[in-house]
Amino acid sequence: MSWLHRAKKGVRIQRTAEKKELPEGMWTKCPGCSDIVYRVELDKNLWVCTRCSYHFPLNAHQYVDVLTDAGTFEETFRNITSLDPLNFRDAKEKYRIKLKKTMLRTNLTEAVLTGRARLHGRPIVLGVFDFSFLGGSMGSAVGEKIARAGLDALERHSPLIVLSRSGGARMHESVLSLMQMAKTSAVLAKLHEARVPFISVMSNPTTGGVSASFASLGDVNLAEPHAQIGFAGPRVIRETINQELPPGFQTAEFVQECGFVDLIVSRGEMRSVLHRLLCFLCGSEQEEKMLKPEVEEPPVAEEAPTREADPTPSPPDVLGTPDETTREIGLHGPA
Amino acid sequence: MNRDWLEFERPIVELETKIGELRDLAGTKGMDMTREIESLERQAEKLRGDIYSKLTPWQRVQLARHPRRPYTLDYIEALCEEFTELHGDRLFGDDRAIVGGMGLLAGRQVMVIGHQKGRNTKENLLRNFGMPHPEGYRKALRLMQLAGKFGRPIITFIDTPGAYPGVDAEKRGQSEAIARNLREMVRIAVPIVVVVIGEGGSGGALALAVGDRVLMLENSIYSVISPEGCAAILWGDRAEAPRAAEALKLTATDLDELQLIDRVIQEPNGGAHRDPLAMADVLRDVLGAELESLERTPIDELLENRFQKYLHMGVFADAET
Ligand SMILES: [Zn+2]
Repeated sequence: MSWLHRAKKGVRIQRTAEKKELPEGMWTKCPGCSDIVYRVELDKNLWVCTRCSYHFPLNAHQYVDVLTDAGTFEETFRNITSLDPLNFRDAKEKYRIKLKKTMLRTNLTEAVLTGRARLHGRPIVLGVFDFSFLGGSMGSAVGEKIARAGLDALERHSPLIVLSRSGGARMHESVLSLMQMAKTSAVLAKLHEARVPFISVMSNPTTGGVSASFASLGDVNLAEPHAQIGFAGPRVIRETINQELPPGFQTAEFVQECGFVDLIVSRGEMRSVLHRLLCFLCGSEQEEKMLKPEVEEPPVAEEAPTREADPTPSPPDVLGTPDETTREIGLHGPA
Repeated sequence: MNRDWLEFERPIVELETKIGELRDLAGTKGMDMTREIESLERQAEKLRGDIYSKLTPWQRVQLARHPRRPYTLDYIEALCEEFTELHGDRLFGDDRAIVGGMGLLAGRQVMVIGHQKGRNTKENLLRNFGMPHPEGYRKALRLMQLAGKFGRPIITFIDTPGAYPGVDAEKRGQSEAIARNLREMVRIAVPIVVVVIGEGGSGGALALAVGDRVLMLENSIYSVISPEGCAAILWGDRAEAPRAAEALKLTATDLDELQLIDRVIQEPNGGAHRDPLAMADVLRDVLGAELESLERTPIDELLENRFQKYLHMGVFADAET
């Protein structure tokens, strides 16, 4: 696939301090093929194994680098953080202590990072999960940040992209966490009605309450190769049905086969696929020209209301090349 | 004694059995037992007060799952003058873990939908213990949209351990089915009243529970995970479920305090299963009053209120405000 290679241009992960999730040292063993791979080589390839295409896990900041134009990300709603409303305490410690420790260890304020950025010059609103923060779990603060990002997208008429990487709802906030499923989905209802695009990107893993709310509700649902995607955990299912699970169960490939993921996209292709989708969903520069002929005549074609309502048109020279915008992407399953 | 009774209910049930026997004896033998019976009834009343006024969260969980507790179809039968069940999601099949249909409730045409548990092995096989597959949620949504289209209000009854965790459920998109209901229920342009009658088990409960009014029966529960599941994960032992039940704040009073529901409905002393008809009478009045007030609200306002209600759920820190 030629466009795969082109997509990699200009996408580089900066060596940031948040890379703690990845193994240290010059060399690292690939969990996919067990080969020893050179870290510099991996880094150049967006942490995808060059031998077996295993996708090493990334933290939220690294995903921001993968998904957005360099230097365009502005974080939003960083001030929203978790409390311990239920005074929850498990066998080991209090939730509030766990939160403090996690914040110090990860240098993050919550399990999701939200912000505004550009993708191929086009303004987007973004949410990116970080699994190292309590398994990317969704409590009140995560739900609030996703909801506000959604309302931000609505107000700016910018597409919303959420990259999920989460084990589901956060137990420590019990039913408050559960209600975040309804809350985030309610905001998506508004986007749906206003025809503001929402693209869900499911990374490894996307399960439980995150999978059973906004992450499954994309106008287009994308997934990273081999990502675990599902509602119930494999252990729970095995214990319930008292049988072994079929091979490849709950992988992105399995879920696509079942009809719930439109497209599996490797990390290197992600940005260009997103660009292609946004051109389709929001309109492109070329389309703009075609819809507004120089002759003073009412346009024959359908209006593109989402495009017209966009208060911040994208700069003209950064939108897709003809080559990119006409290339077809095979979408699978019902929308 | 019948194994259907919970451990903490036994002293009361024993006493009540004794009273019953004395009454029978008095009836058949023509003996005057009034004083003995009165005395025992005073004892029973006191015992009921003692036991039911200080139930632990774990005891509430047991009451919410009580094998004698009234289920959705019991309420439908008691509340509706007429009920015609409608089947199927028009996509895959008919999931008997969720029932739905057209009801006539105090002269009002309503769509009634709810999780349905079984009371014996045969019923539970049919109802899958009240744990729906995706086609159940899709049937529910289809019926809700039908009601929306023809302007009939919706009542849902919530009573499920959770959405079924199985291979076929995953294959048919359990996540997508639940998620879609959450998004679409916000938009259905008729009043929706939700009543948690037993177990509100996580996303599988929530998928029928987005509405203008969410009510919980006094001994019902609502949680993100079962106490057993939570105990297994956080305490490494399912036997710690009573402790997890406490930590999860899953009782009706807890949810009311967290402002996640609109009101708690008192149950007859000892729980809904001790007097199902009295419970249904209370419910009929409550539902009638709620629907009446919702029907007076202009639909745009109703929808905006519904949206705002869910938008404001959650407790978090916001450093700027
Ligand atoms: Zn490899």
